[in-house]
Amino acid sequence: MELDKVENLLEKYFDGASTVAEEESLREYFSRENIPAHLEQYAPMFQYFTVAKEERYTKKLALIQKPKGMVRNLYKWASVAAVTVFTIGLYFYNSTSEPVSLADEYTPEEIASAQEALALLAFNFNKGTEQLYHLEEFERNTNKFLTKE
Amino acid sequence: MKQAEFLNVVMPFKDKLYRLAKRLLVSNEEAEDATQEILLKLWSKKKSMESYNNVEAFAMTMTKNFCLDRLKSKQASNLKLVHSNYGDEGSSSLQKQVEARDSLSWVEKIMDELPEQQKMVLQLRDVEQYEYEEIEELLGMKPTAIRVALSRARKTVREKLIQKHSYGIG
Repeated sequence: MELDKVENLLEKYFDGASTVAEEESLREYFSRENIPAHLEQYAPMFQYFTVAKEERYTKKLALIQKPKGMVRNLYKWASVAAVTVFTIGLYFYNSTSEPVSLADEYTPEEIASAQEALALLAFNFNKGTEQLYHLEEFERNTNKFLTKE
Repeated sequence: MKQAEFLNVVMPFKDKLYRLAKRLLVSNEEAEDATQEILLKLWSKKKSMESYNNVEAFAMTMTKNFCLDRLKSKQASNLKLVHSNYGDEGSSSLQKQVEARDSLSWVEKIMDELPEQQKMVLQLRDVEQYEYEEIEELLGMKPTAIRVALSRARKTVREKLIQKHSYGIG
């Protein structure tokens, strides 16, 4: 290709007016050796485009088939089974935890000793509240003095 | 459509999808993931695929939209796409160092700095050698807009390349 033709094509190229065929001939031109010095600056551009087109997608394509038929059905039935087991479990759990009377759970001696302990507690508690009454009386008297002043 | 049939349709342009994704996302890994994603999406649409008159154009547009979305969501969450394509490993081996200084990789870096639209136009035209009509369809752009973007992109690459050249590379 003659020099003036190359220069002409380059001008068209940078104006975005060249055709694919013309661009291809430029690529070819710049892929050769002995390019005139004033055109050398363009060489990396065209060489790069050629190199860039060589890049390949090398990763293996994995077309995963969606879980169909067997597998999807398995999930469906597993969820049904899980719900069934859960409801049955809930039913039995409720029936066993029905309220039971104290007499069934404890012996008469145990109940008697518990009652005795509670009575003792109540007696001592009442003793404490009696003392509180004295304290109240004392507070009322001190207030009398305090409000006087 | 069987898997083999699908692969026959997809094979001729899967590299183009990958290269476009890489141009936009820069990172090798991100581009691989994007390509995989697009191919899976196509596979799931395989029933309707026969009705598209141009599967390649459809897939390219999908890739473009996917990558732009990806970039947007990364920007929105203030994350930068990280890539290790020309990172530390280069400094360890002399061979890589020489390559990195190579003017071809300068062109790649310059292209990375272009605005997304110019990047895509330059990729589709100068790397993939699509006709203008195809680019119009792929990017949904007017012919004049494509020409302007292409001309700007090419001139920017030239200018920056000359700058690097005159300052000396390295």
